[in-house]
Amino acid sequence: MQSTDTDRPRIAIVDFGMGNLYSVKRACEHFGLTADITSKSRQLQAADAVVLPGVGAFGDAMDTLRQLDLIGPLKDIAASPTPLLGICLGFQLLMDGSTEFGEHRGLGIIPGVVVGLRETIGADSAVKIPHVGWNRIKKTRDQRQPESEGIRVAGDWGNAPLSGVPDDAFLYFVHSYHVVPEDARMTLAVTTYGGAEFCAALQHANIFACQFHPERSGPAGLRIYESLATSLTAIVPQD
Amino acid sequence: MAFVRIIPRIDIKGPNLVKGIHLEGLRVLGRPDVFARYFCESGADELIYMDVVASLYGRNSLKDFIAQTSREIFVPLTVGGGLRSLDDIRDVLRAGADKVSLNTAAINNPDLVAQAARHFGSSTVLVSIEAARQPDGSYEAYTDNGRMESGRDVFQWAREVERLGAGEIMITSIDREGTGSGYDVELTRRISESAAIPVIACGGAGQPADIAQVIKSGKADAVSAASVFHYDCIRQNGSLKGFTGEGNVEYLQQVAAGDRAGFSMVEATSIRALKRELLANGINCRMDTEAYAKH
Repeated sequence: MQSTDTDRPRIAIVDFGMGNLYSVKRACEHFGLTADITSKSRQLQAADAVVLPGVGAFGDAMDTLRQLDLIGPLKDIAASPTPLLGICLGFQLLMDGSTEFGEHRGLGIIPGVVVGLRETIGADSAVKIPHVGWNRIKKTRDQRQPESEGIRVAGDWGNAPLSGVPDDAFLYFVHSYHVVPEDARMTLAVTTYGGAEFCAALQHANIFACQFHPERSGPAGLRIYESLATSLTAIVPQD
Repeated sequence: MAFVRIIPRIDIKGPNLVKGIHLEGLRVLGRPDVFARYFCESGADELIYMDVVASLYGRNSLKDFIAQTSREIFVPLTVGGGLRSLDDIRDVLRAGADKVSLNTAAINNPDLVAQAARHFGSSTVLVSIEAARQPDGSYEAYTDNGRMESGRDVFQWAREVERLGAGEIMITSIDREGTGSGYDVELTRRISESAAIPVIACGGAGQPADIAQVIKSGKADAVSAASVFHYDCIRQNGSLKGFTGEGNVEYLQQVAAGDRAGFSMVEATSIRALKRELLANGINCRMDTEAYAKH
């Protein structure tokens, strides 16, 4: 029987006026998920999974989330079993704070900070910032046994979200800042740019977050949406 | 080390992919979707669609094509041509573009670059600079697909768009564009060395060695090319049956009839073959073993 719009898992893509959300929506729809671009907390709470995307400046993004009254709801979702996917700036916002254009407080959902690639690479380097383009990820821990390191992982994501992505896969990055998690064991994959290694993806409880854009990263990136869709389809009753 | 991006440029007029010389004398090469799919299957790192007549006639006929392509291709897609306002930009992003390319509107209203960067993020905003070399050796920025002079010095304009918040610059040599005589390496190098943001070289690729040269000597962070990839696509896919016969199709009929004269200007290369050559020359680029077609 043809599944209808209403029985498909619903993804809420958080719209806080930052960046281009449509490619995220299309990637969700590619795997049969219904995706709503929304800034309504009610829609976030009702969703089967939430995507926090975004490009742009950290401080502006936090200001907008505050004005939209989304900070509380996002923290609630992070504390619930609902899968939460943070992408690029959306990943960085989950942290305690950033040094981008002054000091800014983040959502404080994941312990750690956001620092400039320029700081990490070195001011005298001729390496271009932002880091734009394809780069390899190197997986840092066994994707199938994340709990062996003592980190709590909710069942909703099933296997680790990167399990379908090959080691050394190329993914698409656009960023000037990067995340430094307090607990390095959260890191699922790292990437090297300009001689500096940074956290490309991490998992913490029901949260998966990545610096690259999986929706622009060809088949390898789509695997992440596929694993999300698979885990949600296993939960949402099908007729 | 960064991985250099290879970006086929697809110029569109109405329903067709077209190619001109010095951005003029457009001839029809086929259906754009056939090219876009083929390029992605053979390893394109991004795609650029340029509506080449939109600035002139104030229309934007790209949207259906963007929507169709973005449903099957998940690499970054840049769209340009005739985008004049934040609403125009929002429209093409909503249709499926990941980034927009601004030229004419940016020169007429530089604040649009700043506004677009603020609303959609710097990484969404690419400023395309079309440069024409002047008799005194300076370079002037042109608008309306190489038709109108702006009076702006190319190097000053490049610095200004970076200050305004552009995420990338695409520098096209109008003198080399469509000639197959190689990129303007010196122009590219000067822009790239003075810019903190990535620079895409465009205009003049006639053979793989030209692309290697503009990366090594021109310091290009990414390279855009059209004819060298288009002719490979035509070679691999035959005469591209089923395209809408509008515009100057004489060239396509010649190719269909087996006349290869038009190929003499450029050496056709697939993106995969080009990348193999770049890697052999010590230039880092993405080589994916995974086929795209299954997704």
